[in-house]
Amino acid sequence: MPDRTIAAISTGMTSSGIGIVRMSGEESFQIIDRIYKGKEKLAEAPSHTIHYGFIRDGEEVIDEVLVMLMRGPRSFTGEDTVEINCHGGTFVVNRLLETVIKHGAKPAEPGEFTKRAFLNGRMDLSQAEAVIDVINSRNEYALKSSVGQLKGSVKKKITDIRNKIIYHTAFIETALDDPEHISVDGYGATLKLTVDEISAVLKDLIDSADDGRIMKEGIQTVIVGKPNAGKSSLLNVLAGKERAIVTDIAGTTRDTLEESIQLQGLCLNIIDTAGIRDTEDIIEKIGVDKAKQYARDADLIIYVVDSSRELDEDDKKIMDLIYDKKSIILLNKSDLDIIVTKEILQNEIKKCCNSDGNSEITIPMIEISAKEEQGIKLLENTLKSMFLHGEIDLNDEIYITNIRQKTALQEAYNSLQKVNESITENMPEDFYSIDLMDAYESLGSITGEAIGEDLVNEIFSKFCMGK
Amino acid sequence: MKYSANSVWENNDNYDVVVIGAGHAGCEAALASARLGLRTICFTVSVNSIALMPCNPNIGGSSKGHLVRELDALGGEMGKVIDRTFIQSKMLNKSKGPAVHSLRAQADKEEYSRAMRQVLQNQENLDIKQMEVTDILTENGKITGVQTYSGAIYKCKSVVLCTGTYLRARCIYGEVSMNTGPNGLQPAKYLTECLKSLGIKMYRFKTGTPARIDKNSVDYSKMEEQFGDKRVVPFSFTTDPEDVQIDQASCWLTYTNENTHQIIRENLDRSPLFSGMIEGTGPRYCPSIEDKVVKFADKKRHQVFIEPEGLHTNEVYIGGMSSSLPEDVQYKMYRSVPGLEHAKIVRNAYAIEYDCIDARQLRPTLEFKQISGLFSGGQFNGSSGYEEAAAQGLVAGINAALKVLGREQLVLDRSEAYIGVLIDDLVTKESHEPYRMMTSRAEYRLLLRQDNADQRLTEIGHRIGLINDDRLNKLHEKIGMIDEEIKRLERTHVGTTEPVQKVLRDHGSTELISGTTLAEMIRRPELSYEALESIDPDRRQLPEDVIDQININIKYAGYISRQLRQVEQFKKLEYKKIPEDIDYNEIKSLRIEAKQKLTEFKPASIGQASRISGVSPADISVLLVYLSAH
Repeated sequence: MPDRTIAAISTGMTSSGIGIVRMSGEESFQIIDRIYKGKEKLAEAPSHTIHYGFIRDGEEVIDEVLVMLMRGPRSFTGEDTVEINCHGGTFVVNRLLETVIKHGAKPAEPGEFTKRAFLNGRMDLSQAEAVIDVINSRNEYALKSSVGQLKGSVKKKITDIRNKIIYHTAFIETALDDPEHISVDGYGATLKLTVDEISAVLKDLIDSADDGRIMKEGIQTVIVGKPNAGKSSLLNVLAGKERAIVTDIAGTTRDTLEESIQLQGLCLNIIDTAGIRDTEDIIEKIGVDKAKQYARDADLIIYVVDSSRELDEDDKKIMDLIYDKKSIILLNKSDLDIIVTKEILQNEIKKCCNSDGNSEITIPMIEISAKEEQGIKLLENTLKSMFLHGEIDLNDEIYITNIRQKTALQEAYNSLQKVNESITENMPEDFYSIDLMDAYESLGSITGEAIGEDLVNEIFSKFCMGK
Repeated sequence: MKYSANSVWENNDNYDVVVIGAGHAGCEAALASARLGLRTICFTVSVNSIALMPCNPNIGGSSKGHLVRELDALGGEMGKVIDRTFIQSKMLNKSKGPAVHSLRAQADKEEYSRAMRQVLQNQENLDIKQMEVTDILTENGKITGVQTYSGAIYKCKSVVLCTGTYLRARCIYGEVSMNTGPNGLQPAKYLTECLKSLGIKMYRFKTGTPARIDKNSVDYSKMEEQFGDKRVVPFSFTTDPEDVQIDQASCWLTYTNENTHQIIRENLDRSPLFSGMIEGTGPRYCPSIEDKVVKFADKKRHQVFIEPEGLHTNEVYIGGMSSSLPEDVQYKMYRSVPGLEHAKIVRNAYAIEYDCIDARQLRPTLEFKQISGLFSGGQFNGSSGYEEAAAQGLVAGINAALKVLGREQLVLDRSEAYIGVLIDDLVTKESHEPYRMMTSRAEYRLLLRQDNADQRLTEIGHRIGLINDDRLNKLHEKIGMIDEEIKRLERTHVGTTEPVQKVLRDHGSTELISGTTLAEMIRRPELSYEALESIDPDRRQLPEDVIDQININIKYAGYISRQLRQVEQFKKLEYKKIPEDIDYNEIKSLRIEAKQKLTEFKPASIGQASRISGVSPADISVLLVYLSAH
């Protein structure tokens, strides 16, 4: 059997105008025909041609696309390859990749396209070293983002499920190995209860994976501003609860607070920071330095300005920090008398650009009142439109990781359904183990654990064998 | 003292292969080598103890039964001998799927041993010699011969080490310790030092056995009788099933109780395990009764099987109660069990410690990586069990012979046989206890069934030269019958006629709504090939084993084809060989841990490398790319 057909986003999650999802492997043409709606069947179309049409997942139209066909060996990987060119923007590209996977492709391992190209003789042997480096660096990155970025609560759930699976499997296997000491007759009924219970948990996890909620990572969003500009109030409004302590005293937030929130399907990992100002207070100073650090690493900065007070040196420092990054400026306290207007701010930003020799940069500005919850809707829409137009850069490895993990969850779920089928059909108990272990392995790929001797160890530690 | 300089002499009988040890591994190794036409000599410390069963009186059992059938299909001897000497037989897990059906026979130990000895003694090209081998002779990392305790030098081209539990063996119970092999037999005292000097890394393992009791002192009325199967299935594919329908002996079941456990707990401090007198590592799967009581403290009772040791002895084996507690505690403990109140102990239970190797020093052929021509099999490789030993002995013997003949070595992979799983695990995975075969270790177990061992391996046995043409032809005939009949069943349509619906009703199956094929009907769990006889007038008379294959292949077709697909994936990496002279340090992107492990264990293939702990999938990718560039 040939290697499975793999898929990945080959353009990266950038703000480019188009996005490309690439598939490679023997089934590429069959898979594209399952989701492509155009004039012809692509499986019969000649190699190296481009086709216009739509990608659909069932009834839902995902995007209008151009599909490029390349039959092996005349392709980058040497295998049948399909490239789907769609409209850029992380949302669409991501959705497209999910569709391809849903219809039979497997998320590519880090560096897998390159590896296949090399192993199929499509690259010069002298490039081996470079290929190895690609595999390595990608793997390191993926490992960091897959296991490291998994939410603690998700990891715990998966570990619990795995423990249950291995326990039941070990029991069945002990009984099979030592049938005269242990009987597994009628175990299906007991097992079904557990399988149903953990299937439900997996289902929840799969649903939450749709919103990227199983990953810590969303759009790394940092709220900055001078003390008492209303940053914490904003966080509370967005998060819909009293997350941060809000007082009238400047400098209340001394450390950073993190909150993961959902805005119209987007996951924002919001970090509220201590207000930035020159301070002698050591604890507050640490908070301020941290805020600056976060702002440097963020995907998006929300700068909260107190529009009821004059701009000062601290504001200028903040603007220096943010003007060349993806940011939104919020003029807060629109419910009070407005002293700082959009024009004034725009001028200040310009000054920063000019001093840098930079061409003009426009930063979206929105008047809000965190206290009265005015302007929040506009903020949400602005965020979403920036995201959809790919203006907010994302770390693409996080996305593919999320998809890999979702696929693994789905595979584990499917294996458990097979266990249930075997139980319902009155199959002998030894058939349960096969699918149980498949589920165990799929889940292990999420938490980064191989099977190894787990089953044998569980058998020996939990069950008493005879002799 | 070993020989003096004056007693050294050279034997000139020109042996090709020397086998050290005549236990279950040694017997198979010696027979295989001699049958492949090589001059073979088998050394044993006692001719009386050839094919001795020093522990349980049975052959087979879950997954071990698979090993015996595979060994038989390859041309081994164990299956044939047990078919002639068993006194009770059962197919275990019969209510489960076909993958876990497993034969287990009670042996008449003495008969078994005697029958096997006779086979060896009558084997052409094979000589037996009672003598302890003390030295392995090598030159430039190649085998040149062996030297015995008496000073004799035997030149040879291959050596197979099958020393079992005899190397520096020590038997222990309570404070009593004896430097003997099992059953008080003479241990092999010198070989360990020689092996160490050859650079071989040794482990010390431990195992144990329960007491043997005089059956006249047992009250069977307090126990449950355990019968054999009504219809016995033979181990060997060459045995006529009618020849094994014998009058069978019974086993008996009783239980330990709180009182037993109390006695054990009160005397734990006198156990050599707890006093530190035993240094070896024991197996977790075959715990002594004291281990069970400590580890599974919440269990109120443990099963005890009373098994006859043979028809011509009064000794019975007390299965489930192996121990190394002091003699006086053993009496108290056994006598607390219902039916054993007046038990007379003939042989005490004991633990045994012995030297064995870290089998990761072996190639998948069971040849030492660093010594050309030196092979090993059995408990010496860190396994446990007669069947595991025999299976390795066969492979080691075959390869020792093939090496001398300059022919390609035999390696069975994990998708071909339990023997492949067994050897791959031994030579690849780190293990600190005697290794026992288990069906859960075989990832493709739906394919590796005991019922199709002949279909999987007879051809290989024939290619090697241990299976004759006649046997191969019979197999081809059988496969032909199976294939033909399945095709016919898939072609034969049945309609919704009353006779068909009646058969379905009679078997508790739902009636047909539209026409279907006979094969489709057999797929239903409640139906079988046999059940459809009345509505299938065209069928011809087929043998039992052919009908079994038809049922299995049709009923589990979905699962089987799924595993076949997985096997194809598996084989891709398995058959990517790694050159022996590879320098892992040169591959700079490998992680340090992977470099160390790969350098130390020199895997033969990418597949084997991927199963070494500490080697990640990314390392394997790097290795694949590196290999295709070099």
